[in-house]
Amino acid sequence: MRSRFDIRHYSGFFAITCACLFILYAPLIVVMIYSFNDSLSITTWGGFSLRWYADVFTGPESEKFKLAAWNSLSIAVMAASVATVIATAAAIGMIRGGKFKGKSASFALISLPIMVPEIVTAVATLIFFSAIGFQLGTLSILVAHIVFCIPFAYLPIAARLQGIEASYEEAAQDLYAGRWPTFRYVLMPIMGPGIVSGFLLAFIISLDDFIITNFIKGAGVETLPTAIFGSVKQGIKPNIMALSTLMLVFSIALVTLSYFIGKRGADPDTTA
Amino acid sequence: MTLKSLLTSTALVMTAQAAAAEGSLSVYHWFEYIPQELVDKFEAEYDIDVTIDTYDSNEALLASLKAGTLGSYDVAVPGDYMVQIMAGEGLLDTIAPGELSNFGNIQPQWVDVAFDPGRQHSIPYQWGSTSFSVNRDVYAGDINSTAILFDPPAELAGKINVLDSQGEVMALASLHLGIPQCTTDRDQLRALDDLLQTASESWASFGSDIAKDVLVSGDAAAGMIYNGFSAKAREEGANIEYAYPDEGYVVWMDNVVLLKDAPNRANAILFMDFLLEPENIAAVTNYAQYAAGVEGAAEFTDPALASSPENTPREGAGPGAFIAVCDQATQEVYDQIWTRLRS
Amino acid sequence: MAAGTGSGRTISSTFAPVRNYLLAPSWLVIGIFLLVPVLLMLVYSFLTKEFRGGVIWEFSLAAYDQFLFDRGLFGDDPPKIEWAYITIFARSIVQATGATILCLLIGFPTAYYIATRPTKTRAVWLFLVTIPYWVNLLIRTVSMKFLIRDNGPLNDALMGIGLFDSPLQLINTNTAVQLGLFYSYLPFMVLPIYAALERYNFAFSEAASDLYAPKWTILRWILIPVVKPGIIAGCILVFVPSLGAFLAPDLLGGAKTFMIGSLIEEQFKGNAGNWPFGAAASMILLSMVLVVLMFYARAQARDQV
Repeated sequence: MRSRFDIRHYSGFFAITCACLFILYAPLIVVMIYSFNDSLSITTWGGFSLRWYADVFTGPESEKFKLAAWNSLSIAVMAASVATVIATAAAIGMIRGGKFKGKSASFALISLPIMVPEIVTAVATLIFFSAIGFQLGTLSILVAHIVFCIPFAYLPIAARLQGIEASYEEAAQDLYAGRWPTFRYVLMPIMGPGIVSGFLLAFIISLDDFIITNFIKGAGVETLPTAIFGSVKQGIKPNIMALSTLMLVFSIALVTLSYFIGKRGADPDTTA
Repeated sequence: MTLKSLLTSTALVMTAQAAAAEGSLSVYHWFEYIPQELVDKFEAEYDIDVTIDTYDSNEALLASLKAGTLGSYDVAVPGDYMVQIMAGEGLLDTIAPGELSNFGNIQPQWVDVAFDPGRQHSIPYQWGSTSFSVNRDVYAGDINSTAILFDPPAELAGKINVLDSQGEVMALASLHLGIPQCTTDRDQLRALDDLLQTASESWASFGSDIAKDVLVSGDAAAGMIYNGFSAKAREEGANIEYAYPDEGYVVWMDNVVLLKDAPNRANAILFMDFLLEPENIAAVTNYAQYAAGVEGAAEFTDPALASSPENTPREGAGPGAFIAVCDQATQEVYDQIWTRLRS
Repeated sequence: MAAGTGSGRTISSTFAPVRNYLLAPSWLVIGIFLLVPVLLMLVYSFLTKEFRGGVIWEFSLAAYDQFLFDRGLFGDDPPKIEWAYITIFARSIVQATGATILCLLIGFPTAYYIATRPTKTRAVWLFLVTIPYWVNLLIRTVSMKFLIRDNGPLNDALMGIGLFDSPLQLINTNTAVQLGLFYSYLPFMVLPIYAALERYNFAFSEAASDLYAPKWTILRWILIPVVKPGIIAGCILVFVPSLGAFLAPDLLGGAKTFMIGSLIEEQFKGNAGNWPFGAAASMILLSMVLVVLMFYARAQARDQV
């Protein structure tokens, strides 16, 4: 046992891990601290205050941010929902559809949005909408988000489905359950956690997107990232730090949520 | 097609909330250029919901409209030369004579302007100048020359921000060399290219929207900037001085234009009339610290503004020049010079 | 990344008869709104540019010609190799490679350390690494910008402890961009390597250790080859987005020197307004990425044999 423990240990790796976490968190924590700064200037410390949080909700830019947050959330919810439905169907088709010609081509198509660099997707989408005369606006953003959300929803769902023994559906089919009831009452409950993490991943990816949205947004449609980008270019103001901190907390809440959902539904085969 | 109907209906739901007011108006505007109180006042007066998107250069405005946002905005605020370009590109709607009840408020010298003769598409918004400002804590020497930007002293080299606006950079560089704007002379164009290539080695960043912040935060010690924006930077604590160089400087006028295919054309006209009221346009002047082109606005502007160092060209400074619109061949050379700057 | 291609233990075909209906929505949506646009972009790259933005539907090689050949300022010199765009692409490749190496140097030991923790604490460590991945990239880049500016907290701290007399000039430099890319995509490196290490059977290392192999030899010749797919996946996940990055060069590099992303952006949103050239540059970027991915797919196929 002693040698085994020794084998696993490399000196310095712990220090690097700490450095890694330090690098990942230091900028975020600094911004978090400065969001409580009472001073107008972002570089000098003027005491603890919540004024910038109040400013986010009531200040001069609050209306812009509220609208942007609403746009971001509604686009993310819709894009992630549609993408999750499409991805779930695709996952079942790919993994429970037997052997078929063009399976790898189909997989390549589904993962295309991940493989194409974001800036290229942005350009291609802009050219496409411009060529067909599609008015840029909320709808163009929504369509683009659905596209790149599909593979992100697909991956966790497919991974989950692969871990589920086919015997469940086969048993249901033996009992003459149709395909829909088989999916609805047998497969979907077991796939649930995968579908939820797929949705959450797609949701966060949609919320996160800047480049594509920035290329194809139309009049009056700002999402949080594009609104923040516009604001930040004119200087990092304390209210942006407060807003960032709020978004940070929101993200952490989402990870925690997905973590517990993932934990609850871990290993369907062993629990069954 | 169920997907499409789903998308359409959801989009309808999303836009429904924006249409709560009597009408709406979609404005495409420069960043940080209109006080929120003024927008609120317009919204309250006419029960019109105003949405404002921002851009950071005349060229970005043109690019966006050409890339498919035309038809979703009602008004925009391009600078003089861009009004001319946009009119040439067919991006502007024509204002019928008599359609603007406050048209008579425009100061006479701003009615028959070269970039929009007879004001068919536009009304004055603000006018001002573009040159540069220098942080006096970093550099105490003479700043009355465009050499500060194009052949900077050692203290400033590597600490200069330049506007991300081709028109303004090319115009100032031409003034520095003493060559005409949009020159077709090949030796002069080569000299312009050489100058910018060399000068850009001393530049730290390109950006218009960041121009004020980099001076206030100290990220840049000198920067190309608009006069009013520089005044705001000074008020925010930067120890900077705005220069009126010997070689001359850029003068501009931003104008509210009526865009083609404006979805709320009638509201756009209301908005333009609103901005021709002396009191309203003076509110913009007080906020942005430039100058209005409307009779009687002076009455409502902060008297200190008229005599601010940024608004008073220095005795002996070179003349101000409007940016010229180049022909296609020269513009393509300009584009090439511009790209080479950044590679 | 490759979930879904692998064959399950048994290939179930419960849904085989309706397979095409299940797959059709994804084919249609991605096909119409991404594959067709990419093909259209390819077409656009061979069109004539319209002055001040847009295209004229006439075949032209001008975009690729502009990319490769320098015909002088006025377009009538004898063609030479154009270095401007090659430089921009090379800079992006160097930056992306640098970011990948940095991420690997920090990410591998981190992933290893986490994978060798007891199950309980492992979850906590993993959770800590995952959080930044979920935080908005823009916000992380802005935070980095705030941290490293001339009179920002980092310089305050460095000067406070007396390490430097004058502020370290980081912002608006290539170093800042490098740092930003590294910081942006670090979690992308840790997670796949961790996933590979988690499946690694330490019995291999023990066997080698029983044969008196030194520890670093075991790491180099036993462990790393086994978890190589995870390492390659991590490298690709860092390299590919770094190559087309826009935020880091724009916010941290002062938008002064172009990287591929900013060059392309400039053609559509900025001063240049040259759509065919922007489309051509996008196609070149896409081809580079596809080549990288093909190597990856081939390496993976080889590993599975």
